[in-house]
Amino acid sequence: MLKVVHYINQFFGQIGGEDKADTPPLVKEGPVGPGLALQQALGDQGKVVATIICGDSYFNEHVDEALAEILRMVEQYQPDLFVAGPAFFAGRYGIACATVCKAVQEKFGIPVVTGMYPENPGVDLCKKDVYVIKTGDSAAQMKDAITKMVKLALKMVNKEEIGTPEEEGYIPRGIRKNYFAQERASKRAVDMLVKKLKGEPYSTELPMPEFDRVPPAPAVKDLSKALVALVTSGGIVPKGNPDHIESSSASKFGKYDLEGIVALSSETHQTAHGGYDPVYANENPNRVLPVDVMRELEKEGKIGKLHRYYYATVGNGTPVAKAQQYGQAIAKELKDAGVQAVILTST
Amino acid sequence: MKLELGNIFIKDVIFSNETKVVDGVLHVNKEAIIEALMQDPRLAKVDIDLAKPGEEVRIIPVKDVIEPRVKVSGPGGVFPGFISKVSTVGSGRTHVLKNTAVVTTGTIVGFQEGIIDMSGEGAKYTPFSKTLNIVIVCEPVEGLPKHEHEEVVRLAGLRAAALIGEAGRNVEPDEVKVYETLPLFESVKKYPGLPRVGYVYQLQSQGLLHDTYVYGVDAKKILPTFMYPTEPMDGAIVSGNCVSACDKNPTYVHQNNPVIEDLYERHGKDYNFVGVIITNENVTLADKERSSDYTAKLVEYLGLDAVIINEEGFGNPDTDLIMNCKKISEKGIKTVLITDEYAGRDGQSQSLADVDKTADAVVSVGNANEIVHLPPMKKVIGDPKAANVIAGGFEGALAPDGSITVELQAITASTSEVGFGTLAAKGY
Repeated sequence: MLKVVHYINQFFGQIGGEDKADTPPLVKEGPVGPGLALQQALGDQGKVVATIICGDSYFNEHVDEALAEILRMVEQYQPDLFVAGPAFFAGRYGIACATVCKAVQEKFGIPVVTGMYPENPGVDLCKKDVYVIKTGDSAAQMKDAITKMVKLALKMVNKEEIGTPEEEGYIPRGIRKNYFAQERASKRAVDMLVKKLKGEPYSTELPMPEFDRVPPAPAVKDLSKALVALVTSGGIVPKGNPDHIESSSASKFGKYDLEGIVALSSETHQTAHGGYDPVYANENPNRVLPVDVMRELEKEGKIGKLHRYYYATVGNGTPVAKAQQYGQAIAKELKDAGVQAVILTST
Repeated sequence: MKLELGNIFIKDVIFSNETKVVDGVLHVNKEAIIEALMQDPRLAKVDIDLAKPGEEVRIIPVKDVIEPRVKVSGPGGVFPGFISKVSTVGSGRTHVLKNTAVVTTGTIVGFQEGIIDMSGEGAKYTPFSKTLNIVIVCEPVEGLPKHEHEEVVRLAGLRAAALIGEAGRNVEPDEVKVYETLPLFESVKKYPGLPRVGYVYQLQSQGLLHDTYVYGVDAKKILPTFMYPTEPMDGAIVSGNCVSACDKNPTYVHQNNPVIEDLYERHGKDYNFVGVIITNENVTLADKERSSDYTAKLVEYLGLDAVIINEEGFGNPDTDLIMNCKKISEKGIKTVLITDEYAGRDGQSQSLADVDKTADAVVSVGNANEIVHLPPMKKVIGDPKAANVIAGGFEGALAPDGSITVELQAITASTSEVGFGTLAAKGY
């Protein structure tokens, strides 16, 4: 029989309301409160061996200590499954469930599951890593939530294939997976078009994400004193591509020295980019990374100085999440180096 | 405009001393075709090989795939502007050597060329594992610039397809399919009660080895324009692309555009399929604004109620897709988009480089970043080392045992954005 540990807050742990929200973590043998419904849903497949209860305020105000203590308590019971909540629309409780679930999953490698209302701030904290069953906004939906949580958890324990969010009832984790559909895509498009024309319901195969639009930084006041850097997604690298930056879907960016270089040349640099005819960039790499022009501007005093290093990656087919990582890492280095302006070039 | 496609179902292909079709078997005179292709002084060497479904054969790097056809009646000839003189195609009768394809390979032209596996895991993803492939291996003379290399191989493929297609001229087809589109006013008169539907067909035109040709014209230089659906079906659009193999449209896919076929399927019943608007995917903002404005204007001018829009490629063309969608939707016209996704190998990244809330009906043809393992093959036509440099490949993609680990991106037509395959992606 599976050993299950359940995490709940002070309210569901029957310790008290807001006045008891500063209760530090404590553990009770067996199920408590919603744990009874959990035990019932598990039936003879699992046993709630312990319930960890922690005050919401205490957790959020002492995250590190609370988490360390909770992990120590979990370890004591060596569970096969960890369940937190459901937290419904309780924000601090949701954050606690999310944080504890992630930590338990990471430390013990056991299946974890929680449940929340989609607008609970805990959702975004953990949905990429942890299955969060979508619940209503109040404890009135306790039974339904627990049933779905247990069904999904048992599938995870038994290493069964986990279905789509619609099938299992969890909040979409934002993971895209390929499969072969029944009909070819052109036919699916025509079918969708007819439904849309007739005003019948249809479901898009790719819901639009929130798009991260970055406002441009304010203009530099005095360029003649500014330290200016060059950054490119056009793949300009030293000859031979020493870091083996891929021609598409780059797994890294490179940082290269421009000290003593007046202009790039076909002898010294090339492009690693696979998304365009490389002949012209290879003939004269300044066409993509304008070191020659920057040196002239430097000489004329129009800019203060060209930064000693330039950064390069390949934009071709590189996922937005990776590009964001590279961008943040490069921006941090540039800021630390005192760079005030950056010229970004593509292809 | 009415086009009859006479399909001759080919059961096998063999080398022979004459190019002809006998009892459903295509005979190919290899020497004669090589001799004809070698007329181009920019080719140093040409060889021809065969690859059939189920064989342990890999073709890499694949540049283009073309269906052999011959025009038997009506105006124009095959591939107007390249092989035949420029005259309007899309009417009369064309014979097709069904189940066959001419595949071009040889020294890599650009990074973005593909893989066709005739069996194993890779075969599931490419439609060209199911065709009898006549593979033209082209080696250019030394020092040929890339863009000329592209042209040489493009023309060699078209020429070979035309020479082979000729074998179907006097063969009685096994089936004849008829596609007809009436002039706009007649069509509207014939189906007064049906909503009017169109197809916005984006053609890759980013330039620098990313080119598509319409009646021989570089699509970069066109303004969006209107076509009868039977024109692209009859060879008016030709690929000149070295874009990532998964989502570029080889010439074969233009000839067999499934959006056009499937729109015809319910034409006259659920809607009136009025026609096709072709547009491009140029790289400057001014070009993008102009083309999307123009496309939306044409859609409105033609009085369409709904359109299917698809892009070719990814990243930069995502913006064209979204601009078209937004501008057409803002006119109160319904849209359905077809695109692939670049959601990262773990599927957790944002799929498109541009999005808009009006894009609320999207068909996904799969995440091109997903990794596939291709087992070693007994025979490789071309150069397996290309796996390390082609788009979707990486240093070390080719293992010493000949197996290849690549992103789906590297497999020819695996995420075809005209919806040639059944691959799809969903969210978990």
